[in-house]
Parts: sequence; structure tokens; C-alpha cells
Amino acid sequence: MPLRLLKYALSKNYPGTRFFKAHETPKKSYDVVIIGGGGHGLAAAYYLAKEHGITNVAVLEKGYIGGGNTGRNTTIVRSNYLTPEGVKFYDASVKIYEDLSEELDLNLFYSTRGHFTLAHTESAMRTMRWRAEVNKHVGVESYVVGPEEISKACPQLDMSCSGQAPILGALYHAPGSVARHDGVAWGYARGADRLGVEIFQNTEVLGIDVQGGKVAGVKTSKGYIATTKVLSAVAGFTPRICEMVGMDTPIVIHPLQACVTEPMKPWLDTILVSGSLHVYVSQSSRGELVMGSSLDPYEVHSTRSTLDFVEGLTSHMLDMFPFLSNIKVVRQWAGMADMTPDFAPIMGKTPIEGFYLDAGWGTWGFKATPISGKTMAETIARDHAPDLIHSFRLSRFEDYELTGEKGAASVGH
Amino acid sequence: MKLLTCPVNGTRPLSEFVFGGEYRVPPAADCSDKVWADYVHNRHGAPGIKQEWWYHAPSGTWFIAERNTLTDQVIRTFLKGQEGKQ
Repeated sequence: MPLRLLKYALSKNYPGTRFFKAHETPKKSYDVVIIGGGGHGLAAAYYLAKEHGITNVAVLEKGYIGGGNTGRNTTIVRSNYLTPEGVKFYDASVKIYEDLSEELDLNLFYSTRGHFTLAHTESAMRTMRWRAEVNKHVGVESYVVGPEEISKACPQLDMSCSGQAPILGALYHAPGSVARHDGVAWGYARGADRLGVEIFQNTEVLGIDVQGGKVAGVKTSKGYIATTKVLSAVAGFTPRICEMVGMDTPIVIHPLQACVTEPMKPWLDTILVSGSLHVYVSQSSRGELVMGSSLDPYEVHSTRSTLDFVEGLTSHMLDMFPFLSNIKVVRQWAGMADMTPDFAPIMGKTPIEGFYLDAGWGTWGFKATPISGKTMAETIARDHAPDLIHSFRLSRFEDYELTGEKGAASVGH
Repeated sequence: MKLLTCPVNGTRPLSEFVFGGEYRVPPAADCSDKVWADYVHNRHGAPGIKQEWWYHAPSGTWFIAERNTLTDQVIRTFLKGQEGKQ
């Protein structure tokens, strides 16, 4: 990379090559149309081209790539879930992430920090033990630790949380990491583009043409595209896309907010989560504390942010780290989260032939980007979902076979 | 501070209220399993003007609010069965 930078500095050709070609007008038809140019959609396009040789693919993005929830999350990657099917799935994702910078030839700042889920009550400790056992059984490195180990890993933490909620222990998850989220979208976009996928930004999907229970095409702001396979990978917009094909889902949209502080010298090595205090925090490679909290309490289709959120979050941050009282919050934002009743995603085929869903990513989507791209690409290419995502199928609701993952949500939503 | 009007107690801070989800009419008890599963799990998730259950926690009042879920504007609130009597 430094050599390339040097060559770039000495070159007279400016600007350098773009990450991907700026296509303007879509062709009349594609083998596959992917709605949503976030990490998930672009990863699916990349794996369709790379692993299944399907390169006649269009990715349609209403705004700019990575501008939705891919660029709005708090960048945490972990696999310490509660159900065996969840742990296996997210573990497969972590394994791809670990080598992804190499594969995409782009530094994703993937940084393995270790992840502590703090327990302030006996019932929380019981859930931590449960999760640790499930994780170990599936081969994921998670175990329960006591207050001394937490204090050693993060000496700045007030173990009594201002006397309000003393920390009894934690679930420690060694592979817990952070990564540069927009880089993930850009890396997959470039990889897909090089293999022949066409990416269209500022291209909104206005309708989906279904004839006789089969997908026939997509109406867009840039004209009609004929296709037999459509993947919806639109965090926060899934109900609107599903309405176009006349399908109800269990998804309800709630905003999820986050914020960052001004940059500081590095002091927080680990990722800390407190379910009781509704906080998750890590320090970015720029030195900012990246913080998130619970969902907004009711349905809103908007990315507005609120003062209530910052007030609530920062008061809990001060319980944990009283010395931060002079540190300023410099940015806050929100994303729209596709919430499902069982806190698991909805992936795979639907009752409409050729219409595939990669949805219901609530507050857990970024960490799943590589594996969801991979498994959705396989689902589309073979018209059959791999076993790894069987538990996440849409028909699980009709079968009353939900995947109870709520206990592993980072904070009590 | 965001406010919401309880039909019994008047305009109160939003923090006193709990969201109870979309107002829906259950299907007949002898419906098919498919219809019942649809009622239990599926929601009209797309944005728009919807009727929703809200709960005023201090007084224990359940009521219905008609709200635009895109703009978060409440159009009106009323007690169930008293829609026309405001």
C-alpha cells in the first residue's frame, strides 16, 4: 500500500482511479437485481460474482453506498450470541472478517479488542453463564470473568457504577472486534465492480413487477429493469419494499441512535457493554468514544436524533466513567432498524418466486455483513438457502419456530 | 420535551407513556392456523397514518392514538369505543 501511495504522489494523472465505475443508465435486464447498496447488498453482489460466476448483476442504491445503516452502526463485530444457530452464524462472519482486509485489498482497520458484557445483577450473571456455555459448545471463545479481571482490563471503569449498579462479573468474548464500517461497503463495492457487477447510486426502486407469483422486473427512477431475481437488502426500508410485492412481515421499524465524543488519546482497549445501563462503548482508531444505547421506544420511520437519547446515554456513561464529565459529545445520528419479534434476522426465500429477503437486521447487521452476503449469494444462485441460515427463514413465523435471540441483544431493548 | 395527549388526563410528557403497538382486530377464533400466525406475527410495517395502542402509565389508561409513523405527528387520541365522542 505505501508503494501505491508513493506512485500516486509522483503521478501526473489526477484524480486516481475510482473505487467503482459510475454507471448512469441501467441495462434493459440483469440476471439479478439487488436493492440496497449497503454492506449486505454489495457483499451479496461480490460473492455472486466471485463464488457463483453470476456477474450480470445490478446493485441499486437510493442514496450513496454505505450511507444507510452500514455507516450508522457502532462497528462492533462479535459472535457471543445465545442460540447455537446464532452463534454458528455470527462466528462464520467473524472468521471472514478476520481476513477480509487481505481479501478486499483494503485496510478495514479490523481491530480485535476483546468484548466484555457487564452483569450488574444475578439474573444477568445467569444469562452470561448460559451464553458462555453455548459459545464454548460451538467452539467460540467466551467465558465468564469476575470483577478483578474486568478491572485489570479496564482500570478506568468505576466498578460500583457510582454505587448505583455494582459490577458482579462479565461475559468475556475474546474475538470481539471493531472495524471501519464504510470501508467494508467500499471494499465489497470495488471487489464486485472489478468482477463485472454494476453499481447505481441515486437510483430508487419505485415498484417490483410480480406476474403470476414470480418476479418479472423492477421499476426504478431510471427506468424499468427486467429480471427474474431480486434481493431486498435494505435495512430500515424492508416493510416498504415488501409492500411493493404485497407481503406483510413481522418487521417493525424503530430508530436506533448513536453518538461519538471528541477524540482522546487511546485509553479504552476493550469493548464494553452494559445491558442494565443501556450502554455500549469502544474507542475508535481516531480516538473518539463510539457509544450506543437502546432502541427508541416506538415505531418511527425517520433518522432524526433526540436530546433525550444523549442525556440518558451520557448519564450512564458517567456512572461507568466519572472522569469523562468534561468530554464533549460532538456528533449524534440515528438509523432505522428492522426489528423482528425474536431478535434474529429474516433471510432467504419468500412465497414470491425470485424475491429474496436479507432483512430484519435490527441492531445486529454490521457484524453479519460478510456471512450474510455469502449465504444470500448461495441462496440466489441455487434458489435454495444453505443450512446455516435455515433458522432465519421467513416461514419460521408461520411454523412457530422462532429463534429466541433477544437475550443476546447488546443492551436490553 | 415531546408531549402526548391522554384522553383522560390531558397533555402530558411523552416519558409518561408506553407504546403498545399497532391497533389490530383479531380474526375469528376458528380461523385457519395460517391466518392466526399472520395475526400473531405480521405487522403493517410500512410507514403511514396508523392507529396504535398507547398506555398512560401513572394513571393506567390504555387509549388509541392516530399517528403518522413517517413524521411522528399525532393526529388525535381517543379511548377505544369513544372515537366520535371527543
